[in-house]
Amino acid sequence: MKEVVLPELAEGVNEATVSFWHIEEGDVVKEGQDLVEMATDKAVFNVPSPAAGVLIEALVHEGDVVKVGEILAKIKIGE
Amino acid sequence: MDKKECQIIDLGLSDYREALLAQKSIVEDRKADKREDALIITEHRPVFTVGRSGSLKNLLADSSSLKASGIDILRVDRGGDITFHGPGQLVAYPIIKLRDEERDIHKFLRRLENIAISFLGEFEIEVRRREGMTGVWVGESKVVSIGIGLSRWVTYHGLSINICPDMRHFSMIVPCGIEGCKTVSMQEILGQEIDMSYCKNLFAELFLKEFSYKVSCDGTNKTNHKGEIANERSRFARAG
Repeated sequence: MKEVVLPELAEGVNEATVSFWHIEEGDVVKEGQDLVEMATDKAVFNVPSPAAGVLIEALVHEGDVVKVGEILAKIKIGE
Repeated sequence: MDKKECQIIDLGLSDYREALLAQKSIVEDRKADKREDALIITEHRPVFTVGRSGSLKNLLADSSSLKASGIDILRVDRGGDITFHGPGQLVAYPIIKLRDEERDIHKFLRRLENIAISFLGEFEIEVRRREGMTGVWVGESKVVSIGIGLSRWVTYHGLSINICPDMRHFSMIVPCGIEGCKTVSMQEILGQEIDMSYCKNLFAELFLKEFSYKVSCDGTNKTNHKGEIANERSRFARAG
């Protein structure tokens, strides 16, 4: 199991808003694949999957404001 | 460290949707390390685009006048609110795989602003930044707008500089969603015509310098021109 966290995007930026998920729970993902699009005021940032596996749980949803370091999803490792 | 390479791709006058497909195809290739960084420069046919922090309430034109104008409105995956693109506006899309030490969105935005500020400086236009408001301003008016996206720390979308577009279109929107935001073109500031191809070359040159890219003998790094959009499109069609 691997947790996906919101990485540090910029100095002084502590949070971002969930735009949408590229995939759904239960979907197979590749390492580096875009999982969820996050938006700050002037940029959108696609959070990549840290590993190949299955998205077992999305913990945040469209419109949620998420803090840097917060867990976005859980990935079960393995094809 | 070895200098990175960057290809300058001039799409000429392009349809926004087509240019976006070309851009996305290049982004995918860059993510997969199938190519080097690239800078797309283009002018778009008239279009309004709304970024992720945007809302249609910032479109002031009613549907009938919008229809009469023949201008489309598109929601796009960049940061920022609503803006206008049209001929006479220089649009630049840097597709850069940011290195570990460059992975800070705000620093990247500031670097894009630096290029725009140097660019305007070449025309002796005095500009300023405004705290908390990305973009480049002349007095109270915005001359450069910026909105970007990132996927695996590869950048896309970018900035637009109002060289000499038809500025009347901006009255149909609340630019960038900032109430009372005025916009201005370089032609309005200088009171004279400006050559777009000169602007493109100058922008490319300043861009290559800011990001310390290797520069080709002719200084332009242009190895591919309008043909690329057709190639990227057909490739996209094959892949899709």
